[in-house]
Amino acid sequence: MQNEIVLTMRGICKYFPGVKALENVDFTLRKGTIHALMGENGAGKSTLIKVLTGVYPMDAGEIRIEGIDHPVVVHSPQEAQSYGISTVYQEITLCPNLTVAENMFIGRSKGRGVDWKAMEKRSGELLDSLGIPARPRQQLGSCSLAVQQMVAIARAVDTECKVLILDEPTSSLDDKEVEMLFALMRDLKARGVGIIFVTHFLEQVYAVSDQITVLRNGQLVGEYAVRDLPQVKLVEKMIGKDLEDLSVIKKHAPPAGENSVNYYEAENLSSSESRPFDFHIARGEVNGFTGLLGSGRSESVRAIFGADPATGGTVRVDGKHVKISKPLDAMKHGIGYLPEDRKRDGIIADLSVRDNITLALQVVKGMNHPISRAKAEAFADEYIKALDIKTASSDTPIKSLSGGNQQKVILARWLLTHPQYLILDEPTRGIDVGTKTEIQKLVLKLAEEGMSITFISSEIEEMLRTCSRLIVMRDRKIVGELTGDELTQEHVMKTIAGGEQ
Amino acid sequence: MADKNRGARIRQREPLTDAQMLMFISIGIFAAMYLAAMLTLKGGFLKPQQIFDLLNDNAALIIIACSLTIVMIGGGINISVGGVIGLTVMSCALFLNKVGVESSFLSILLTFLLALGIGLGFGLLQGFLVSYLEIQPFIVTLAGMFLARGLTTILSVNPVKVQHEAFLALVKTKLKIDWLGYTAKNGNLIPAKIEIGAIVAIAVVVLMYLMLRYTKLGRSIYAVGGNRQSALMLGINVKRSIFWSYVISGLLSGLAGFVFLMHKPAGNASVAMRGEMDAIAASIIGGTLLTGGVGNVIGTLFGAMILATIQKIIALSPLNASWWQEMANGAMLGFFIILQSVVLSARSRGRAKRLTREKAAPQPPEDPPPSA
Repeated sequence: MQNEIVLTMRGICKYFPGVKALENVDFTLRKGTIHALMGENGAGKSTLIKVLTGVYPMDAGEIRIEGIDHPVVVHSPQEAQSYGISTVYQEITLCPNLTVAENMFIGRSKGRGVDWKAMEKRSGELLDSLGIPARPRQQLGSCSLAVQQMVAIARAVDTECKVLILDEPTSSLDDKEVEMLFALMRDLKARGVGIIFVTHFLEQVYAVSDQITVLRNGQLVGEYAVRDLPQVKLVEKMIGKDLEDLSVIKKHAPPAGENSVNYYEAENLSSSESRPFDFHIARGEVNGFTGLLGSGRSESVRAIFGADPATGGTVRVDGKHVKISKPLDAMKHGIGYLPEDRKRDGIIADLSVRDNITLALQVVKGMNHPISRAKAEAFADEYIKALDIKTASSDTPIKSLSGGNQQKVILARWLLTHPQYLILDEPTRGIDVGTKTEIQKLVLKLAEEGMSITFISSEIEEMLRTCSRLIVMRDRKIVGELTGDELTQEHVMKTIAGGEQ
Repeated sequence: MADKNRGARIRQREPLTDAQMLMFISIGIFAAMYLAAMLTLKGGFLKPQQIFDLLNDNAALIIIACSLTIVMIGGGINISVGGVIGLTVMSCALFLNKVGVESSFLSILLTFLLALGIGLGFGLLQGFLVSYLEIQPFIVTLAGMFLARGLTTILSVNPVKVQHEAFLALVKTKLKIDWLGYTAKNGNLIPAKIEIGAIVAIAVVVLMYLMLRYTKLGRSIYAVGGNRQSALMLGINVKRSIFWSYVISGLLSGLAGFVFLMHKPAGNASVAMRGEMDAIAASIIGGTLLTGGVGNVIGTLFGAMILATIQKIIALSPLNASWWQEMANGAMLGFFIILQSVVLSARSRGRAKRLTREKAAPQPPEDPPPSA
């Protein structure tokens, strides 16, 4: 195995206002290896990549590239390319209206003219040698996503490429296409290219990688050889709690009794974004979906709420067969959903707190039955008080509230519809500790009053505190269901990582 | 064997791209329409001169339609072209009358440069505002249109006729082709006549076709229109490409103004009124997508010819009234846009089907398996 180092990053720091995105991170890439860069959301993976490719300037640190005897400073992706660093992004950054050959060569040829013949010939040779099933003169938009991705890689490696960065390349590919991509990656590896592979699919990491570097909260956790780091250890490193120093919190959630009634049941439910799964929740139960980012937990609850179009399965609410094909159907059956992305799917930034609170109720009632101003005022004041929302008045636009208070407003929105079943997707992300505890308490209180609640959080500790049943997902599949004594951090992590290790 | 495959793969005929498809549709429609006119209206339509007349009368439209096509391929729009023609025609008419006749060649050359200069000025300014200051192209060129029209009226409220004799001689200069002519009733041979403007318009179409296809700038404009973000990531100087598309568009508008003056040597505040709308219509009918990235000036030429033919047919028919013509243009545009979206969505559906099929059976076996 070749051990020549092609890229060294030392002591990289990057600060954004109020956030240390990267602190003193080291990274080393060797020739002919596939090096996985792992970490949860916000760990700093993409920041590190962006620093390396010149999208962000770094605040401190040093980058050295093989063959250049001084540290380099990269100012732009084009400059990175001139150093032999190419990137293929998750979103395909090619032009669908041009041909395959053009997409491989545009923007990097010399002179003012375009020599179609030479370009198509060279493109054909490259596609052949990499075994990519595309024709040079084909319109790129007519290729499958996997092939487009591969064309992007072919473009990247045709330049004098020493370092190839693949940023979440597999997220929109199916299994067969992933295999095709892996074959191409192994081929490039054999040619001596150093590949940085960013992904959140654990199994894919173990399928192709040689080395793993783990980041957490902008800091380096460590660099490991794949064979020395079993999956469960990797998950620990990523989530960042050593099993030893865990303070186990006794949860006070009411256990779902044997004779409890299911409020919601789904069999083989699938949506455009999620694979078929079974799920049920009893009245007064708090359960949760857990798993790493991208494991499919959000997609599953979105399927329950009808936020992504359903593609199959049967659903029973309160014992009766129902069809939930859009959020309004779910709302009419007493289901509420607090979305993961508050800014995008939750708040209407320019509307007042009051309007944001009454929004869902208004939709359920129908637009022909407007809520009177006086009633809206009353509702808003009631929930502002009940949830202790800190706002100047109910007339204040929601965008001027803090994240935690915005979240409470959205929560109030759903509570006002008096749902039987409430889904909370990351309700505590990005909000302060005090509000977090308040929300957890509220969840338990609502459950005691008989509401069913599904809770999703990246923090396992928080889930253990609130949920009496945890559904564990990995790589878009449900891989376990934990209740009772199994609800320990250790157990959850093992299940997330996969029992085989 | 691999080598053979490679050669075959490159030479293999590709299915038509969306852009080519749309272009062939508009050529087909033009041919069908012209044929129908020949069969029903007869008269002028049976003579080759009719085609040349369409070109002579619409040379300026063809040029600004090309200029619009280029901007639209880049994902922009330029509605100032009509205004710029108006301003150019007025300025040039006044200029020609002022310089008198001392040196006829020089004064015509200066007039020509004035026309290009006005167009270039608008192009540079609008290009800068759109690309580097990132202001909405619609707003920028709307302002440009008002500015140009306003300046035209300031220059002269009354129509200005060109008195410059050398220029008037130039207006009368026509390329005569005997063998395409016809024999009049009195036995005289009347040759086919092509104006200089028509030749310029065709030259513009050819040049712009070559520019769009064989220069880096041309391909960059396509890339930017196809996906601006991707184009940036592919290392294309997006802002510069957009800037140049407006500069070319402005220059062509100035040129169109000069060509217009060579066809009708008089300035008037309402010259080329709504010319930009006809140019947009011609581009779209010729297969340019308003969303950018797809289009072709050859298609645009036929788009303009379709509009011109409609105009001619209506002028020769008993329905000769301006509202009929506008309705016909509107109907044509609507028809073509519906056709475009039907064709494009049918093609993308077919494509999706093919891809799923390929996915189901990804690798057709190279050799037939030995039958056991």
